[in-house]
Amino acid sequence: MIAFWILALAMIASAVFIITAKKPVYSVIGLLANFIALAITYLTLHAEFIAVIQIVVYSGAILILFLFVIALLSSGTKAFDVGPDKMPKAVLPAAIVAFVALGFVLVGTLRDKLGPAAGVVTATSDQTGTANAFGSVADFGASLFSINLLPFEVTSFILMVAVIGVVLLAGDDTPARKTGRKEHNRESIVKRESITR
Amino acid sequence: MNLTEFAVPIEYYIGLSSVLFFLGAIGVVLRRNPLIMLMSIEIMFNAANLALVTFAKAWANNTGHIFAFLVITVAAAEAAIGLAIVVVVFRKRQNVDVDEVAALKG
Repeated sequence: MIAFWILALAMIASAVFIITAKKPVYSVIGLLANFIALAITYLTLHAEFIAVIQIVVYSGAILILFLFVIALLSSGTKAFDVGPDKMPKAVLPAAIVAFVALGFVLVGTLRDKLGPAAGVVTATSDQTGTANAFGSVADFGASLFSINLLPFEVTSFILMVAVIGVVLLAGDDTPARKTGRKEHNRESIVKRESITR
Repeated sequence: MNLTEFAVPIEYYIGLSSVLFFLGAIGVVLRRNPLIMLMSIEIMFNAANLALVTFAKAWANNTGHIFAFLVITVAAAEAAIGLAIVVVVFRKRQNVDVDEVAALKG
C-alpha cells in the first residue's frame, strides 16, 4: 500500500512536471521518471514482462527519439522556440466538464467493487515468479502466439507502414540529387513549396 | 512471493490511471509546443495501459497484457510519425508553433 502511494505520487508529480516544463528537455526527464515509476507499478501488478517492455521500448527507444528530435531542432541557426502558451476561450468550460467527469469516474470506481477478486489486487497464486505464472514471459508468449496471433501480425504491418511513412515524410532527397537529377529535383522542391504556401 | 500484505484495491489503480489520463489531456490542450503535446499523448497511452494491466490482474486473464503490449507498439509507431511530422514542419517553416501551423484549419 505504501509502495502504491509513493509510486502514484511520483507519477502524478512527474506528469505535472512534464506538462508545466518550460523546455522539452525537462519534459523528457519528467517522462523518464514517469515511465520508471509506471514500470515499478506494473511489477506490483504482476506484469513482469510488460514492465520490462515498458523500460526497453519507452525509456529506451521513444525517449531517445524525443531527445534526438529536440537536439535536431535546437541545433539550427534559429533557436527552437514557440510563443507563450495561450489559454483558448473554450478551455475553462472544458476543464470544468473534465473535472466533473473525472470526479464521477473516481467516485464510481472507488465506491463500486469491480471484478470477481472482491476488488483487491492480490496474487492469483503463490507460485508467482515461477516459470508459468501469471504475467510471466512464458504465459505471455503462449497467449500472444496462439489465440492472439492475428493482432500480433497486424501490429507488424502497422510498424512497417510507420517506417515507410517516416521515411517518406522526413527522408532526405540528397541521394536523388547525386545521381544527376538535380534540376528535376529542385523543380519538384519548388513546386512542393509553392503548394504548401 | 506473496503480495497480499500490501493488497491495493484495484479502484486505486483505476483512479490513478484516470488522473494520469486527465493530466495528459490537459497537456495536449494547453501547451503549444508539439513535442510536449506528443509527450502528453504518451502519458495518456500509459494511463490506458495501466488500466489494462490492472484489469488483467483483477480478472486473472492475461489478455490485458497482450492488449497493453499492442498499445505500446502502436504508441511507438505514433511517436515516430509524429516526430517526423514535427521535423518536416520545422524544416519547411523554421517554426513548430502549433498555432502557426494551421494550414488545415477549417
